[in-house]
Amino acid sequence: MRSMYFTQAIDDALAQAMAADPRIILMGEDVPLIRRNLLVRFGPRRVRGTPISESAFLGAAVAASMSGLLPVVEFYMVDFLGVCIDGLLNQAAKVNPFSGGKWSVPLVVRVPCSGGYGDGGQHEQSLWGWLAHIPGLTVLVPSTPADAGGLMLAALQHGGPVVFLEPKLLSEAWLEFLGSGGRRTVRYDIPAEGNKGSVPQKWEALPIGKALMRRQGRNITIASVGVGVHRALEAAKTLEAEGISAAVLDLRSVSPLDKSAICESVAQTGRLLVVDEDYQGFGLSGECAAVVLEAGLTCKYGRVCTQTTIPYARHLEEMVLPNVQRICQAVHSLM
Amino acid sequence: MRFDLWSSYSRMLKSRLLEEAIARLWQDGLISGEMHLGTGEEAIIAGIVPQLVEGDAMALDHRGTSALLLRGVDPVLILHELLGRPDGLCGGMGGHMHLFSKEYLAASSGIVGAVGPTATGFAMSAQVLHTQAITVAFFGEGALNQGMMMEALNLAAVWKLPILFVCKDDSWSITTSSSSVSGGDPLSRARSLGIQAVDVDGRQVSDVWQAAQTSIQRLRAGEGPLFLHVRCVHLEGHFLGYQLIRMVRHPLRELPRVVIPLTTSFLHPGGAAFNERLAGVKIILGAVLDTLRDPRRDISNDPLYCTRLVLQPDARRLQELEDQAKQEIGQVVEVALAGAAR
Repeated sequence: MRSMYFTQAIDDALAQAMAADPRIILMGEDVPLIRRNLLVRFGPRRVRGTPISESAFLGAAVAASMSGLLPVVEFYMVDFLGVCIDGLLNQAAKVNPFSGGKWSVPLVVRVPCSGGYGDGGQHEQSLWGWLAHIPGLTVLVPSTPADAGGLMLAALQHGGPVVFLEPKLLSEAWLEFLGSGGRRTVRYDIPAEGNKGSVPQKWEALPIGKALMRRQGRNITIASVGVGVHRALEAAKTLEAEGISAAVLDLRSVSPLDKSAICESVAQTGRLLVVDEDYQGFGLSGECAAVVLEAGLTCKYGRVCTQTTIPYARHLEEMVLPNVQRICQAVHSLM
Repeated sequence: MRFDLWSSYSRMLKSRLLEEAIARLWQDGLISGEMHLGTGEEAIIAGIVPQLVEGDAMALDHRGTSALLLRGVDPVLILHELLGRPDGLCGGMGGHMHLFSKEYLAASSGIVGAVGPTATGFAMSAQVLHTQAITVAFFGEGALNQGMMMEALNLAAVWKLPILFVCKDDSWSITTSSSSVSGGDPLSRARSLGIQAVDVDGRQVSDVWQAAQTSIQRLRAGEGPLFLHVRCVHLEGHFLGYQLIRMVRHPLRELPRVVIPLTTSFLHPGGAAFNERLAGVKIILGAVLDTLRDPRRDISNDPLYCTRLVLQPDARRLQELEDQAKQEIGQVVEVALAGAAR
């Protein structure tokens, strides 16, 4: 077993795939600098920098994918997808249905997301619910290095458009680039197991749409993705001391959602709490409730999500993003 | 307002000192996230912003601190905002990339190119309401590759909107050399849309002032949008802690972290042929060399240095002015840091 940091694992899996498949190309703003290790191994034809023209290079990636390439398009932040959402919403997601299923768009959109380092509400959003709302898009949110590498490989093998989200708080590289900038004077609440962990010697694709039970529990199911999984695990430890046994389900994929894993666990615990760093309304948390209701299950339900624009000030940000205290309170209210 | 080099220098210096104080607070970890300073573009801001009057609007990018300061926003409020305090300009909600002042009709955005549509809307209001007010849009040359920026230029042209488009060209798009990702040039892009565009030396505050003065008169007369292409340097690069600058400034500390994985990857079996790999290495070396040779390292490109040269003969007055500016900004920082730090 090797041990790797979060982004290091993604790049390592990507390198393994690129060595095996010459159709894979990378592109995005500053990619030659940010993915320099891939640039010097795979060359500038396959690792390309772009202007600040998200609409153009995402749209181009869609058609490049339709004509033989397997592009990995990289963005600085998921927030910036707002500039070019057409490429995903009206192009990538529509080609397959519009062509009567005859044409597909194998494409990976790799985007850092989420907050916890005080960068303000235009740079710390999660937005996976917004993306998963669109039929035809697969939306993945890994929470550990092993899952990150395995899901990147799965995304590349998927055959359709996949949005691969990379929580910045887990990413050693993004936190250094955007957060500390080399400073040793700033502290972040980084989940250790999300930041670094053991990874397989050779990457294998993980199944897409398969949740993973990170912790068994009898009294309540806490479902989450990304950093939220680690906050939930921490809360579960606290709750354990109080005699509450909480299961923590890492959904890993927002779309498709592992409905049976959610229902199976909720059927046992009778309680569901969704911890979602994305916005509360019309998103993952509501979707999980719908899944359970549609399955005919009755349960107590609650959610801990981001309800407002994310404040810049660190102390306000901490309160707005799901934290351990809020999770514990929500669990108590469901007992 | 008439141009005065002494007052202009004073404004530029106060802006520089404030931003240097911000850099220290950022280094000390009191300011979180990214920090994009406008150090190096002071002559542009000081050459334009003081000429605005009540009702005029500003569409600002992610380096709006200096423009707000020189427009008249209380610097203590700005610092409180950057420190994330509830008594900050935006209640600690915005931070430096998202500074807003309703009072001065100034709106910032951290989304590159967003100033285009924002300026268009501000100017539309002025046009429809017949206020004779104008809007200044500040953006970099990298933003000219963003669709919405080009769309806004076109809209402003066809609607003859009173916008002064100010392209602050430091030749870097985030951390990529702009020439490597841009076709044509900013002036001809603006001109191709029928917008009159001129080049201005961003080191000389008097040049910027002159160009802005003429432009503003024409905008108020309803002649339609104008475009200033102003070259400048950003002394700290895209943002504080920018990797390439760190590498050049502290090679012993920074290089091993970069070079070791780079070499391992370069030599890794599986991948491109040697020539392609070498081409990749050349790109990285090119970026490092560009950073080493960057005009920001040449002090003669610092607008404060250029202005100071002219004022130097009157050494006593200069000393007094500088002492006063330092004292003023020193007090601002002291007041901002005092009181109920959270």
